[in-house]
Amino acid sequence: MSLIEKTAVELLQMQSRGETTSEAITTAFLNTIQQVDSKIKAFMTVEADKALEQARAVDAKRKSGAPLGAFAGVPIAIKDVLCTKGTRTSCSSKILENFVPPYDATVVTRLREADAVIIGKTNMDEFAMGSSTENSAYFTTRNPWDLDRIPGGSSGGSAACVAACEVPVSLGTDTGGSIRQPAALCGIVGIKPTYGRVSRYGLIAFASSLDQVGPFTHDLMDNALLMEIISGRDPKDSTSIDTPVPKYTQSLNTPIKDLTIGVPKEFFGEGLDSEVEASVKAALKEYEKQGAKLKEVSLPHSKYAVAVYYLVATAEASSNLARFEGMHYGYRTPTKGDLVSTYSKTRGEGFGKEVQRRIMLGTYALSAEARSDYYLKALKVRRLIKNDFDVAFKECDVVIGPTSPCAAFKMGEKTENPLAMYLNDIYTISCNLAGIAGISIPCGFTKNKLPIGLQILAGPFEEEKMFRVARMYEAATDWHLKRAKV
Amino acid sequence: MDLNEVRKVARLARLELSDADLNRMAQQLSNILAYVDQLKELNTDGIEPLAHPLPVQNVFREDVPGESLPVDLALANAPNRVGNFFGVPSVLDPADEPSH
Repeated sequence: MSLIEKTAVELLQMQSRGETTSEAITTAFLNTIQQVDSKIKAFMTVEADKALEQARAVDAKRKSGAPLGAFAGVPIAIKDVLCTKGTRTSCSSKILENFVPPYDATVVTRLREADAVIIGKTNMDEFAMGSSTENSAYFTTRNPWDLDRIPGGSSGGSAACVAACEVPVSLGTDTGGSIRQPAALCGIVGIKPTYGRVSRYGLIAFASSLDQVGPFTHDLMDNALLMEIISGRDPKDSTSIDTPVPKYTQSLNTPIKDLTIGVPKEFFGEGLDSEVEASVKAALKEYEKQGAKLKEVSLPHSKYAVAVYYLVATAEASSNLARFEGMHYGYRTPTKGDLVSTYSKTRGEGFGKEVQRRIMLGTYALSAEARSDYYLKALKVRRLIKNDFDVAFKECDVVIGPTSPCAAFKMGEKTENPLAMYLNDIYTISCNLAGIAGISIPCGFTKNKLPIGLQILAGPFEEEKMFRVARMYEAATDWHLKRAKV
Repeated sequence: MDLNEVRKVARLARLELSDADLNRMAQQLSNILAYVDQLKELNTDGIEPLAHPLPVQNVFREDVPGESLPVDLALANAPNRVGNFFGVPSVLDPADEPSH
């Protein structure tokens, strides 16, 4: 396996054994980006010089015997929705085309403190709104397993750059499945932590009660390590929770005894692709082989999750995105006018169609006429969705099902039909509404050689258990060792 | 949603859209609202709305001055900087100002 195909933990070990340096590793990944990113289009921004400078600084630190951070010298890519001091952060939107944040998001600060090498910013659906990365204002990212297909979204760039071995790991954000779905479609691991586990400070908000930051990696050990680094209370984010962060990496290989897996019957009905279903059922059989007990559970309100999500998320988005009016930062229309017309023209010219559609839907859902019928109704059903999980987790350790109803679809296939696109998140959305933890791991390929993802959901702050359950499957299979050939 | 409702919402949302976009939006929003109308089949009487997964409440920090961004940094992204201020269009159109 070449240097670029290795995991972050392997790269850390190679450096500590003196077999390579951060500069050599960073150079290898930068060369790969140069060779393949014109095909993948995962990156919005690559800062080669800054990355090499960071890498050399880590090498010097290592040479001097100074203490090193937990991610010393390993390159990472960051979704362009997370603020990076001095580096353009556009949210793949025209309205933030030239925005250079004066501060780092807390997750970025923690990565810098861990001596990670930040290599660049990745493409995404504009303001994280989408399931295919076709809503970027700039270009569409391609799936490394089939360049005619989408990588998933909204963190498509972050998923694709790991799958294409342009970086070993990356960060994304998940509002309704935006880490787990692209992870599934690109054949890698992606986690949506419990709401409150990871700081959202410096994450440009889409839907504040749903957004969480999480890592994309080739395997679970890398994911567990990154979660140790980025998790934990942040005084700058009052919604981050002050609860200890377990040493996920140390318990990862300890299987759960007497594991009970909840299999939601609603996740195996109409709309699920037969090849995806077969792979997920084969994974469940593997768990049974290892002694797990499968138990059918019901999440009766999950069929309403997409409807609830598109009212709650858009209502929050319409409020959060009110700050983009061209006065303090970002794009401002060149057309002269009074204040209100400047706002309206700026937002009409600066936002893309999907963002406009969601702002409109959210504004309508919150309007005096519709608030009770739509927004409040959605919040009540959200409670029912959460209650379903509370009941399920009394009966089982985790809930397992497919991540996405189908493998990666062709570019343009769903762009004209927003509803068809929204339904792609049907299995991932309820996790965000309930605020629980979820992870997608690779569990097979279709006959067209497209990756399939297995989703494992766990109760709030049960990431340690979720990692261990996921690892039980990973340890028995080799899907995580497959690399796309670009 | 008819075109008039879409126009009204666009005005509330401070989005200037072309007629073609307003028409397309009316069609797409109508389809989405028809889909979300499935929520109406559920009886939610007596169910407490869940706005947030955590029992959040307002949090106040200690009233101690912290470190502020230097003015140059705070204004670095301004589309129009005027001295140490953000340059903005008139709130009132000069033509609308009352005569003295």
